[in-house]
Amino acid sequence: MNEDIFVLGIETSCDETAASVIKNGTEIVSNVVASQIESHKRFGGVVPEIASRHHVEQITLVIEEALKAADLAPSDLSAVAVTEGPGLVGALLVGVNAAKAFAFAHQLPLVGVHHIAGHIYANRLEQEMEFPLLALVISGGHTELIYMKEHGHFEVIGETRDDAAGEAYDKVARTLNLPYPGGPHIDRLAHASDDAIQFPRVWLEEGSYDFSFSGLKSAVLNYMHNAKQRGEDVKPEHIAAGFQNSVVEVVTTKALRAAEQYNVRQVIAAGGVAANKGLRTSLEAAFKEKGIPFYIPSLPLCTDNAAMIAAAGTVMYEKGIRGTMKMNGRPGMELTSWTS
Amino acid sequence: MIFLGIDTSNSPLAVALVKDGTVLIEETTNLKINHSLTAMPAVEEIMAKAKVAPADLTHIAVAEGPGSYTGVRIGLTIAKTLAWSLKIPLYMVSSLKVLAANGQFFDGLVCPIMDARRGTVFTGAYDGLSLQEIIPDGHSDLKEFLEKLQQYNKPVLFTGIDVSIHEATIRDAMGDKAFFSAPQNRLPRASNLIMLAKGSEPVDVHQAIPEYHRITEAEANYIKAQEGQSK
Repeated sequence: MNEDIFVLGIETSCDETAASVIKNGTEIVSNVVASQIESHKRFGGVVPEIASRHHVEQITLVIEEALKAADLAPSDLSAVAVTEGPGLVGALLVGVNAAKAFAFAHQLPLVGVHHIAGHIYANRLEQEMEFPLLALVISGGHTELIYMKEHGHFEVIGETRDDAAGEAYDKVARTLNLPYPGGPHIDRLAHASDDAIQFPRVWLEEGSYDFSFSGLKSAVLNYMHNAKQRGEDVKPEHIAAGFQNSVVEVVTTKALRAAEQYNVRQVIAAGGVAANKGLRTSLEAAFKEKGIPFYIPSLPLCTDNAAMIAAAGTVMYEKGIRGTMKMNGRPGMELTSWTS
Repeated sequence: MIFLGIDTSNSPLAVALVKDGTVLIEETTNLKINHSLTAMPAVEEIMAKAKVAPADLTHIAVAEGPGSYTGVRIGLTIAKTLAWSLKIPLYMVSSLKVLAANGQFFDGLVCPIMDARRGTVFTGAYDGLSLQEIIPDGHSDLKEFLEKLQQYNKPVLFTGIDVSIHEATIRDAMGDKAFFSAPQNRLPRASNLIMLAKGSEPVDVHQAIPEYHRITEAEANYIKAQEGQSK
């Protein structure tokens, strides 16, 4: 039997209500995202209770749109995949319970997907994965280097010990009075800047692949505070460029060193911050020089979406992994290898 | 005609199946377990016992709130997704009215109580015979609400599991006008929910959202800040 596998993906871990249908784990048939950014802007960040309320308002509409755009009936689906964690618990619960109800109504298999596994598998929608590979996951909630021997094998070799990179971006952006979400604004300012302030690079112990961004964030805040005390005018773009240079150098250097030490055949980046132009350019140049194939998904696949959840869910489904009606939202879920 | 009813608005979980006006099965648990772990398994279990397949369902009824925000959302998400998936009508009933139905045929007012912390409650008052809403559901300061209730000069039956938290305050204010339902009658019953749903109109499934009866803290603070600026 060589039938196509269609998997419906559902993602509600933060502030995007998303649903998507993926064919054979690699081909996007439909990809619908209802963003709540506009609603959270006035609060300067995502408010969990409001995020959860919006998810309930959108959830069936978004799933319906994904099926309509795919021109598929529920009976054409092989499975339903949903983000089980990590994320905001109230937000996760909407997706998880919708997925369970949908799977139950149509008697379909259910698969619970780790959000970061999803970000990694977003790559597979554009470029087949080659193992062993190194994944750099970098977003508002995550900064991780993950080694993969094969499909479904995850070994976290480095992660942030405090703030995620995206979190540091948002905090610095707030101090610069840039609108939320701040990452893209810093990237833009940095790009246009003619100079950069020198901020520290945090390398941690020798050989460590872990990250730390809270010290850098404090250094930026102190610098601005001191300048203000002295009555000096600091150009925001110089701050933005200095901050971004530090993040980009540390991330690029560690990713490159990990790729060489683990002798990987491919490096992939994933997550919202992977869309950052400064970081993209630096990573691309560094890996090109070393002749290591490097890929970043296109922008809509870097930010939260359900296509990536369905892509990862397809591989899990093929491995025989099944969720039950007892599935819960798991805000602190750890990324573990897939074994059925 | 087979109705599935779901109430997860507070810590108890209530599910039921009613076929052509006859209760086939109902389950109420009061174990304070996360509804996400138990609600769908409970639905699955009662349907298996009653030999009802998902495609056999013809109507879904859900308690719309108020209650625990997360609790209400779990029930409502399940209900609206089932109704939409199976293309069957969805009915929403006030979670307070579901509790009030426990006191139906009380000669006076029935007042369901849900604790909302800091001396506040979600409550309303219903006519004991007709279950008509006398004081609309809302989020109230308990003492202020009790003053309002006294003006009706009628016996009032208080129900809901949170009654025990506020019993002393209620007795103080209401004296011998206050009656309290027995503990076994304080839990929501999904069969009552279904019977109440039958007298109402179905809702637009996509538009169905919980009746929180309270804006979020972030929004309240935001509004306060805006008002402060405009002064």
